[in-house]
Amino acid sequence: MTLQEASVGSKVKVVKLMGTGPVKRRIMDMGITKGQVILVRKVAPLGDPIEITVRNYELSVRKADCKMIEVEPA
Amino acid sequence: MADITIALAGNPNCGKTTLFNALTGSKQYVGNWPGVTVEEKHGKLKGHDDVTIADLPGIYSLSPYTLEEVVARDYLTEHRPDAILNIVDGTNLERNLYLTTQLVELGIPTLVAVNMMDVIEKNGDVIDLAELAKALDCKVVSISALKGTGVREAAEEAVALARSGNKPIPQHRFVGSVEHAIAHIEEVTVHDLPEEQQRWYAIKLFERDEKVQKKLGLSDEVIAHIENDIQACETELDDDAESIITSQRYDYITSIIGTCLRRANKGELTTSDKIDRIVTNRIAALPIFAAIMFGVYWIAMGPFGTFLTDWTNDVLGGEWLTEGSRALFESWGLSSWLVGLLSDGICAGVGAVLGFVPQLLVLFLLLAILEDCGYMARIAFIMDRIFRRFGLSGKSFIPMLVGTGCGVPGVMASRTIESERDRRMTITTTCFIPCGAKMPIIGLIAGALFGGAAWVSTSAYFIGVAAIIISGVMLKKTKMFAGDPAPFVMELPAYHAPSVSNVLRSMWERGWSFIKKAGTIILLSSIIIWALKSFGTVNGQFGMVDELYEDPSIATDEYIESVAARTGISPEEVNPMDDSILAGIGNTFAPVFAPLGFGSWKPAVATVTGLVAKEEVVSTFGVLYNYDTDSEEWDDEGSPVWANVEADFQSFSNGHGQIAAFAFMIFNLLCAPCFAAMGAIKREMNNGKWAAFAIGYMCVFAYAAGLVVYQIGLATVGALNPIGIVAAVAVLGFVGYMLFVKKYHEAEELLVK
Repeated sequence: MTLQEASVGSKVKVVKLMGTGPVKRRIMDMGITKGQVILVRKVAPLGDPIEITVRNYELSVRKADCKMIEVEPA
Repeated sequence: MADITIALAGNPNCGKTTLFNALTGSKQYVGNWPGVTVEEKHGKLKGHDDVTIADLPGIYSLSPYTLEEVVARDYLTEHRPDAILNIVDGTNLERNLYLTTQLVELGIPTLVAVNMMDVIEKNGDVIDLAELAKALDCKVVSISALKGTGVREAAEEAVALARSGNKPIPQHRFVGSVEHAIAHIEEVTVHDLPEEQQRWYAIKLFERDEKVQKKLGLSDEVIAHIENDIQACETELDDDAESIITSQRYDYITSIIGTCLRRANKGELTTSDKIDRIVTNRIAALPIFAAIMFGVYWIAMGPFGTFLTDWTNDVLGGEWLTEGSRALFESWGLSSWLVGLLSDGICAGVGAVLGFVPQLLVLFLLLAILEDCGYMARIAFIMDRIFRRFGLSGKSFIPMLVGTGCGVPGVMASRTIESERDRRMTITTTCFIPCGAKMPIIGLIAGALFGGAAWVSTSAYFIGVAAIIISGVMLKKTKMFAGDPAPFVMELPAYHAPSVSNVLRSMWERGWSFIKKAGTIILLSSIIIWALKSFGTVNGQFGMVDELYEDPSIATDEYIESVAARTGISPEEVNPMDDSILAGIGNTFAPVFAPLGFGSWKPAVATVTGLVAKEEVVSTFGVLYNYDTDSEEWDDEGSPVWANVEADFQSFSNGHGQIAAFAFMIFNLLCAPCFAAMGAIKREMNNGKWAAFAIGYMCVFAYAAGLVVYQIGLATVGALNPIGIVAAVAVLGFVGYMLFVKKYHEAEELLVK
């Protein structure tokens, strides 16, 4: 599954990052790398973006970009 | 000793600004990096006049994909400062050290300052600084920028380090195959460069960084040659080169963290977490957001802010500056045109600039508090979904909201938006929202031609919002607004109490930049309009029209009758402004507005004077439709001239006065804003071409909107104008194509000169 489908409150582990170039680089620069555990904290009031905890800090990611992050339950 | 430069580098939200302020005190220079709107700050280190601190933009990485990162890495590789002071947020060590691992590869002496030490201690966490120093091969100190502890020591260390020139030797090694490839790349490409710089370039070439490839001017053969090495690694590690490097950096950091950091509490909620639970809660977030926005609006634009502006405009600007200076100059016996220039031109112009300042300062104070405490990032989080469709940022909400009061602070409020593209889009569209000064225009038109119907002013807001949405969607698809190719991934920093000195400093910096940069434009244009309004030719004599009209030998009865005949009014209604240069310009340009239904000189002149301030449109109507606007019966909406306005609109539009008046209103609401707002646009774009584009775009959009409304309006009442309707349909067709047919493409590469 992708990060977009992960439910709020769940912990997931990054399996693979799809995509290339700037988008992928930016996501990885922020610390979302293979094997990393992510906590899905909440969804914004209007349904997008979502807030996650990664490497001990909070990050807001758009659902469209979450589709590129393949995860599995941690 | 030679002068030295220390670059201050770190992630956004790591306390860099606070540290910079603590290091430099008041000796700061704020500007912009050449050609971009990224802010550039320099300052002299306190107590060391020979040490300059350069504040780099807050960055997460040295990738080539965002403007801030490119600006920072160009500075580091080209200027090569004598030392880097890398500030690291100790409460967020992992991600902060990611930048550090890249900085130490540059071959520049580096000092790592671990910030927020007080918070770390309070949490009960322990960071082993000696171990960290060993792992990074550079000096590590601990500071608390906010409390000021350790700052002096850190500065002294950095100066000593810069003088010693001790460069760190990167301790981190990538896996064998990658190191092998990097070594090979070093040998074939950057062998001539100083040894300490080679590794950084080689790693960038391994990542296929196009900006570095171009900078080094590598031939295609060399690129193809090293491509073999890169591909071999990619095949072996089953990932692309950039990702290999990023992943391994983070793996390395994870291993350092294991030995350097001991966390006390695991999984327990911090105060910031608890606040965030409520503030961005799915149900409570929107009401809280609305309440905070109402508060900001109420304080800045409500009774208090309006009082400040009115007081500065009427008392300080009007009575003291304009009238006071006039009395003074007249007592000196200066000639009347000089008094006019000094008092009505320059002093009134200065007053117009200063008039905005108190209200702006209040707004900037509130914005600084929102930014400093961490709520601004949450605004972007909450509003992102709506605004990004129109190429705007969630943070564009504040400029638009404030814009309903006044466009000047609205445009200035766009400063909080990080992305250059979103900021430019916000600046271009904010003035479409009807501001307070446009209300009298709406009142005038509604009163004069629509019997005061309420829907007229409601429609004005809908048209404003529609203009923003249509412009946003259209412009987003143009090449100009391609922006950063990187996606929107935003850190939500921990909440903390705002620091008083940071907030005040930010307020003052923004306020001052308005006075300095916007002020000159406002002043200059006020003088020009004053001159155009005051001077003209009366009966063959050039001079100040007011004076010439007082001389019966020049303004003879015969001459006044000829003016009356020319302008189609009775001789009693002739007034000096009918002979001003501005009236001449109005006459010349009136035909331009014919397709919009108001190709008559009076509305044309009023449109031009509206550039000084939008409420001027109404008082110009007062003068041109022959009413003494100083009289007590005069009101904001100009009700005494409603009958004359209606008669004139009906006559020049052949009985379609309502349609023409509505088109006139739309044009005036959407076209170039007042000079003060244009000055603010110029300041915030920080680029003449972009400011000209924004203002030009507004005028073209306003013209197109007026044209469509008038021509379609005529067609629906059966007075179809064949050429006009073709033009209107063409405009609609173009807009439809841009909105629904043309595809949106994300930028692939960041274009920076």
